[in-house]
Amino acid sequence: MELFLKIAAAVVMGMMVFYAWRAYRQWQAHGPKAQKGDWQAVVLPLALVAGFVALLVAMVR
Amino acid sequence: MANQNYSIVHGTERELSTNKVLKNTYMLLSATLVFSALMAGLSIMLAVPPWMYMASVIVAMVLGIFVLPRTARSSSGVGVLFLITGLLGFGLGAILTLYLKLPHGPQVIGTAFAGTGLIFLGLSGYALTTKRDFSFMGGFLFAGIMVVFLVAIANIFLSMPALSLAVSGAIILLMSGFILFDTSRIINGGETNYIMATYGLYLSIFNIFISLLQILGIMSDD
Repeated sequence: MELFLKIAAAVVMGMMVFYAWRAYRQWQAHGPKAQKGDWQAVVLPLALVAGFVALLVAMVR
Repeated sequence: MANQNYSIVHGTERELSTNKVLKNTYMLLSATLVFSALMAGLSIMLAVPPWMYMASVIVAMVLGIFVLPRTARSSSGVGVLFLITGLLGFGLGAILTLYLKLPHGPQVIGTAFAGTGLIFLGLSGYALTTKRDFSFMGGFLFAGIMVVFLVAIANIFLSMPALSLAVSGAIILLMSGFILFDTSRIINGGETNYIMATYGLYLSIFNIFISLLQILGIMSDD
């Protein structure tokens, strides 16, 4: 049963990879390009998320 | 002068429409999260076996790929969305049952729950208040999703804890990016269907919670 579920999960995730690939191509072709300062505006909150997760790990150890 | 008045009226109409999508999205998101939590509680009470998580996720993913996009423009899309989130909640209960058996399991679950909430609220607040359009991240995020899924497929059969940790960490960062991306698209009119918008945000929250649970579970003393 478990092997069957693993194979089914792998197949469904394979389908997700295919859909993600199509979405990636569409966004690369038609999506807006980053303006000046856009990536910095993304990296900062994501760095805060990473730091917050590290804090949570420290709390449970 | 007439053109200026038209621009003002048209701009106001677009703002009202965007606010309506935003309001509907957050209301539906709240409802689906509560329903999901109730289903998780039911699953814990029934003490469902761990394999139920994988089975629920598989069915939910199939519904999300093949059924939801076709019904998202009608009222039946709301029912399908509740079915998907109910299934994911029910499967989540199977995982939570395992964690509750650990000595510090309830603490880990509570920490993951609070952490997920704070991450979502923080990122959503940031996306809502900043003037930036984060839709430029689309290609990067979907490329990241592809890589993560490929590694996750390999790890289904390899079962390496270190790889699981790495995948969970990557998922948290990717889903955080998706929260910024999806919220920004709603605000800027890129996403006008509140059912699909809710589905995207729900998946981000669900995946952050599961990944945080995994990281905290592996890193805790249990």
